[in-house]
Amino acid sequence: MARRTPTAVRLGADVVGLVVLLVCIFPVYWMVSRSFLPRNRIKGEDPVLVPWHGTLDNYRKVLTDGGFSDALMTSLSVTLLTVVVAILFAFLAAVAVSRFRFRGRRSFILALLVIQMIPAEALFISQYKMLDGMGLLNSVLGLTIVYVAGVLPFTVWTLRGFVDGVPRELEEAAMMDGCSRTQAFFRVTLPLLAPGLVATGVFGFIQAWNEFTLAVVVMTDPAKETLPVWLVAFTDSRSRGVDWGAIMASSTLITIPVVIFFLIVQRRMVSGLTAGAVKG
Amino acid sequence: MTRRAVRRPSLPLGLVLPATALLALALGYPLLRQVVLSLQEFGLAQQFGQAPEWVGLGNYRDLVTDSALWVVVLRTIAFCFVNAGLTFGIGLGVALLMARMSRTVRILAQCGLLLAWAMPVVAAMTVWQFLFDTEYGVVNWLLTRAGGDFEGHGWLLDPWSFFFVATIIVVWMSVPFVAFTLYAALTQVPEDVVEAAAIDGAGPWQRFVHVVLPAIRPVLLVVVLLQIIWDLRVFTQIYTLQKAGGVSDDTNLLGTYIYTLGIKGGDFGTAAAAAMFMLVLTVVLTAPYVRLMLKQEED
Repeated sequence: MARRTPTAVRLGADVVGLVVLLVCIFPVYWMVSRSFLPRNRIKGEDPVLVPWHGTLDNYRKVLTDGGFSDALMTSLSVTLLTVVVAILFAFLAAVAVSRFRFRGRRSFILALLVIQMIPAEALFISQYKMLDGMGLLNSVLGLTIVYVAGVLPFTVWTLRGFVDGVPRELEEAAMMDGCSRTQAFFRVTLPLLAPGLVATGVFGFIQAWNEFTLAVVVMTDPAKETLPVWLVAFTDSRSRGVDWGAIMASSTLITIPVVIFFLIVQRRMVSGLTAGAVKG
Repeated sequence: MTRRAVRRPSLPLGLVLPATALLALALGYPLLRQVVLSLQEFGLAQQFGQAPEWVGLGNYRDLVTDSALWVVVLRTIAFCFVNAGLTFGIGLGVALLMARMSRTVRILAQCGLLLAWAMPVVAAMTVWQFLFDTEYGVVNWLLTRAGGDFEGHGWLLDPWSFFFVATIIVVWMSVPFVAFTLYAALTQVPEDVVEAAAIDGAGPWQRFVHVVLPAIRPVLLVVVLLQIIWDLRVFTQIYTLQKAGGVSDDTNLLGTYIYTLGIKGGDFGTAAAAAMFMLVLTVVLTAPYVRLMLKQEED
């Protein structure tokens, strides 16, 4: 926008930029650096700024203590199941919405947009009652059902954008060359949709991996906790004296996959939510 | 391609069926159930098998006449507006400054924002709890070093200070989305129009108000709406801080209030009524967003 920014303005902006950087990364730095410190160095008189001669003891403790790995298994099961089901269902729906005009199409889109905004807090009471009635409290299946419903609106919406982006002419050309419609779809359109499927899959992964509210409602049994619920309970176990090193190590472990995946889809997250507005 | 629709009219319906069925099961049915629940007396006795009793709008009457709910509602709205306002103000400021930074600093700042944005909410919560910890928190250490009397200061004991900490955390987590989205919008503002305004003698403020602002208005609107909707439903942050600090009655927002009432307290009828209240509030606030998105859909 501003090609010729005056030097004074740019200097000022740079200073603010560095402050923003500091404020953003300090908590993250603190988490990672504390995770390498033994208990006595965390609880010293003055905080250790850089964890020279750190230790991996916190990680060892977290990974061998049963709680983390159990929660990891639950989290992985729920997350992967959510991603697979959400991608499959969203893909079918996205193709329908993008490639066909049918009765109820508009209502379907409208419903997606409204549902996307409904907060979990406004429905978890009755979702809890429903899963309770079906015997699905504390079950991977039960949590997956409500998670898929939570991510479907966004995944359908995003995937539809990708399907829209594949020109029909490509499919038609393949059919002229002798492919059946099904063949044309699988050989021409589907490969072009791969980036979209990856992006939506990653989005679903991040959502399900991070989700806390529904997990704390549905997984009431400590043996069935997902990682976020386990972490909060672990932090809260004041009776044993808070072990900040171990807490920071577990937080770091939970964060790593998200940061990696997040970098892959960041652009999509911005444009997906405001696509309507940008075009006006 | 009308051919397709004519030849196999059932195909698109079959394609949307799995998604629709799942949404109906996981959201539609609970929604109906919640309406019914909110009209029933459904407490501990019903948990143990007694048939729920119809009370009509009794639960709603109880809620509306209960001053506790109003305190929670007002607190939720105040928290929402303060947080959405701060997030938006800071986010817009950062976005405007990003357009004026030197390349290196801008990339550095963007990396930082991206990292803060990517942090899982519970991980961010544990770190911030640690930073504000009574005994080992670096905030107390810094403030003590700066000359304050903050040794062993408990940040979560007093509701005001509790919400101060909650606000810092929520804003820290929300600013990146706003900053990135608005920065993206700012880079779309046609440069020649801004330059033409400058040549016509418009100062920086005038250019901002009369050229830049109208150009990014739709994005601004969506960002503000999303922020309000998201800040209305803050749950995880309040829940974890309550666990850490031990106070809950004076620090409940709508989400934790419903949770305490229903899941913890077993009064599902009243909790369902409170949840309906939250649902209606959100849907009303969402309407302009949905209208914007649909408008694009029709273009």
